[in-house]
Amino acid sequence: MDFLLVQVLNSISYGLLLFMLTSGLTIVFSLMGVLNFAHTSFYMMGAYFAYQISRWIGFWPALALAPLLVGAIGMLVERFALRRAHKFGHVAELLFTVGLAYLIEEATHLIWGRTAVPYRVPEELDGPLFSIMGTQYPIYRGFMMLVALAMLASIWLVLKRTRIGLVIQAALTHPETVEALGHNVPRVFMLVFGGGVALAGLAGVIGGNAFVTDPGMAAALGPIVFVIVVVGGMGSLGGAFIASILIGFVQTFAVSLDWGLFGYKVSQVAPVLPYLVMVLMLIVRPKGLMGTREG
Amino acid sequence: MKPSLRRGSPAQRNTGRHKAPLVWVVMAIILIAAPSLFPSGFSLTLLTQMGTLTIFALSYNMLLGQCGMLSFGHAVYSGLGAYVTVHALNMLGKGAFVTPLPLMPLLGGVAGTLFGCLFGYVSTRRAGTTFAMISLGIGEMVYACVLMLPGFFGGEGGISTNRSVGRPLLGLTFGPAIQVYYLVAAWSFISMIAMYALARTPLGRLANAVRDNPERAEFVGYDARVVRFLQLVLSAFFAGVAGALSCVNFEIVGAENVSALASGGVLLASFIGGIPFFFGPVVGSVIFVLFVTALSGVTKAWLFYLGLFFCVMVLYAPGGIASLFVMQFPVIRARKFGRLLAPYGAALAAGLAALAGLIGIVEAVYRLSDSTGGTRMVLAGIALDAARAPVWALSILVLVVGLVALRFAARFTQARWDAVQEELKAA
Amino acid sequence: MKAALELVDVHKSFGSTRIINGVSLAVAEGERHAIIGPNGAGKSTLYNLVSGRFPPSSGRVLLKGEDITNLTPFEINRKGLSRSFQVTNLFHNLSVYENLRCAVLWGAGYRYSFWHRLSKLGEVNARVEEVLERIGLARRAQAAAGTLSYAEQRALELGVTIAGGAGVILLDEPTAGMSRTETAHAVELIRQVTAGKTLLMVEHDMGVVFDLADRISVLVYGEVIASGPPAAIRASAAVQEAYLGTLGVTHA
Repeated sequence: MDFLLVQVLNSISYGLLLFMLTSGLTIVFSLMGVLNFAHTSFYMMGAYFAYQISRWIGFWPALALAPLLVGAIGMLVERFALRRAHKFGHVAELLFTVGLAYLIEEATHLIWGRTAVPYRVPEELDGPLFSIMGTQYPIYRGFMMLVALAMLASIWLVLKRTRIGLVIQAALTHPETVEALGHNVPRVFMLVFGGGVALAGLAGVIGGNAFVTDPGMAAALGPIVFVIVVVGGMGSLGGAFIASILIGFVQTFAVSLDWGLFGYKVSQVAPVLPYLVMVLMLIVRPKGLMGTREG
Repeated sequence: MKPSLRRGSPAQRNTGRHKAPLVWVVMAIILIAAPSLFPSGFSLTLLTQMGTLTIFALSYNMLLGQCGMLSFGHAVYSGLGAYVTVHALNMLGKGAFVTPLPLMPLLGGVAGTLFGCLFGYVSTRRAGTTFAMISLGIGEMVYACVLMLPGFFGGEGGISTNRSVGRPLLGLTFGPAIQVYYLVAAWSFISMIAMYALARTPLGRLANAVRDNPERAEFVGYDARVVRFLQLVLSAFFAGVAGALSCVNFEIVGAENVSALASGGVLLASFIGGIPFFFGPVVGSVIFVLFVTALSGVTKAWLFYLGLFFCVMVLYAPGGIASLFVMQFPVIRARKFGRLLAPYGAALAAGLAALAGLIGIVEAVYRLSDSTGGTRMVLAGIALDAARAPVWALSILVLVVGLVALRFAARFTQARWDAVQEELKAA
Repeated sequence: MKAALELVDVHKSFGSTRIINGVSLAVAEGERHAIIGPNGAGKSTLYNLVSGRFPPSSGRVLLKGEDITNLTPFEINRKGLSRSFQVTNLFHNLSVYENLRCAVLWGAGYRYSFWHRLSKLGEVNARVEEVLERIGLARRAQAAAGTLSYAEQRALELGVTIAGGAGVILLDEPTAGMSRTETAHAVELIRQVTAGKTLLMVEHDMGVVFDLADRISVLVYGEVIASGPPAAIRASAAVQEAYLGTLGVTHA
């Protein structure tokens, strides 16, 4: 029972982390039509920046500064590169982000080396939040959930209550009309792209020390994030949320279960499960759970 | 006056039909003569790899260039074809006759086709970006399965084989590298012709139509999903052929054959060569193999340079190297190319300067982050200490100067290019 | 005689917005039928319903008596209905010749063949050349569709629509954006290429409508308020009011 509770909490916190990642990706995709293949690379960037800033100053400044830095870099990328690729069509934009992902990963290799860096949970957050029948639940996981929920709330507030949020919502379905109404759509794009990758960076800040911070983290998480986007339905935040939690549960429970399945333990088959979910979804309901926009 | 309806009427002329046989003759000559021009063992390895990658990249372009389908998981078909082939070779070695070695690629092709039907059914239900994501997911799934089923896939270590098994065919054991090269070259040639021919069939043409305007294709009676599915299945056949040849060449097949890295590599190779042109991926394969082998021997940061090169190409030459060459043809034919030499030279010089500065920085960064080996490095024969400020200052200076010069050179080139284009139009 | 194309009480809503509000229409075989109406009346939506771009909320569409209401565009096209688009919708990287060839291939029975050489398909290529000549683009056969001038693109758009030999043709504002001379030329072209076929046409240019149409239907706010021969429509008070409002201003 306690095991189940801890696993459920873990699933939710992991799922919320995944949603932090996919929400930025989905907003950028819905607005700009480009699926940022380098999105998880910005996640990695956030983790590494946080690591470096933690070493120089401390974790709490890193929590604030790292996402801002990542967002700033994202805005530069949009302004000077993505905008140019946009002229050549969606395939070119997507390919550019593929190249960008390689670049960021290799730059990370160059600067910080190929092995994991010791990005640790700060002391204040290290330790058990509560104990249930002998099993401890770490504070940090609770902290992760808190940050994720706070971030969710902020997105919702920005979209529903601010002017720029209104513009974004409109541009989600009718970008040309929004531009015709006089809004500076290129600037909105730049801000949204920067914001989207800043979210990924924030996820990196809080995820990088909970899990491992190494140059492979972007490539490890990338496909999962895209599976979530496909399963949830391209362009749907609600779908991304449900799919994130779903995949969070699938991955957390799968690695810890010892049930047998066709001669294999579930834990052995765990890496494949998210993709099986995706394939099933495609067969049964190709649009995804709540899909709106086609690539 | 009615235009003639006979063959060779104005509407049909200028389809380059007279040029076509010549291209194949030249290609055949190049393939046959290459080992004589580059006889070293190392060159032979490279040539063989180029041949295999050519088939793989052309099959990839059947999807992307011809049908507009961006796939991040094409290595699934070549890799699985390779696995089937490696088992067949081992069976051949144990005396169970499957097919003679030179026909193994057919086996790989059939395997590729079968998996193409299986995975293609699922992935072609969607198009565009979604298809790309699905292909990534399927690629990861197959990779995970390969590691999960060591019985068939040999786990991390993969499965090895010996290609000079079975009875020699006409005296050929395919043990020596030169024989493997000619096997690959022959299959390369056949595959190229086959894929070229396939592009000139109703399916091939409708694949182009679906690429340009899937909705209109439906309104002229074609189910875009079926077109994409068939195109993928055919493409997977040739990918399987390439995989089989790779297996014969390296005599080992492992998880990296179905990895995202392999899928990314063929994407890069095709793109660098030029997606819009049939022979683009051929050019791209040659360049890619050279780039990777040459560069990886010289600097540890080669993946960084490759990524940077790719990004620059996407932004400034999305049609690939082939497009850069093809753009010059009208200018050359009008004998105005001399006008472009000066601006091209200036741009090249500025670009090289910027590159030199960048290399200085990148190599210094790498040297400093690598805790082993100290801070000394050798660049272009000059011994430098990466920890010293002058190295950094100079590199940054050269980079900035180079970039500024490049901006001017680019403007100069654009102006001269526009002028030449105006003259061509007026003529 | 069975109507070539028939709409039976067709409704279409997008969310809570009703666009088509119970349209019933019958187009006889060989008839040239024009649909006119003020902007926003739902003409394009009606076209999309008939050609299968999206399904109606309720009602039926019958092609030669056969129910095609929920079929996909390619299924409908294979049954003999072809449509053009208001915004030119071509294969922009393919040449004019290839655009037309794509439109001919299914009807010629080649389906998804990858074992026939395009250059050897005599009948297909002959048909392409015939259409090329009719639409006057023989000289531009090898030009990429994306590089054509506007009028040339409209001509090609028409060519692609009729090349497959469909019996029922839907034209969506074929003369939109054309000058007087281009329009006159287009009208002649339409008349020639749709000879003997059933034509349903949406148009704004009244000159074209009264020149070409055998019967006219007037669509206002998703409903057909009048339907009949041109003279009757011209004289109809309901139509005048719909176009001109109730201010009593008469138009010559």
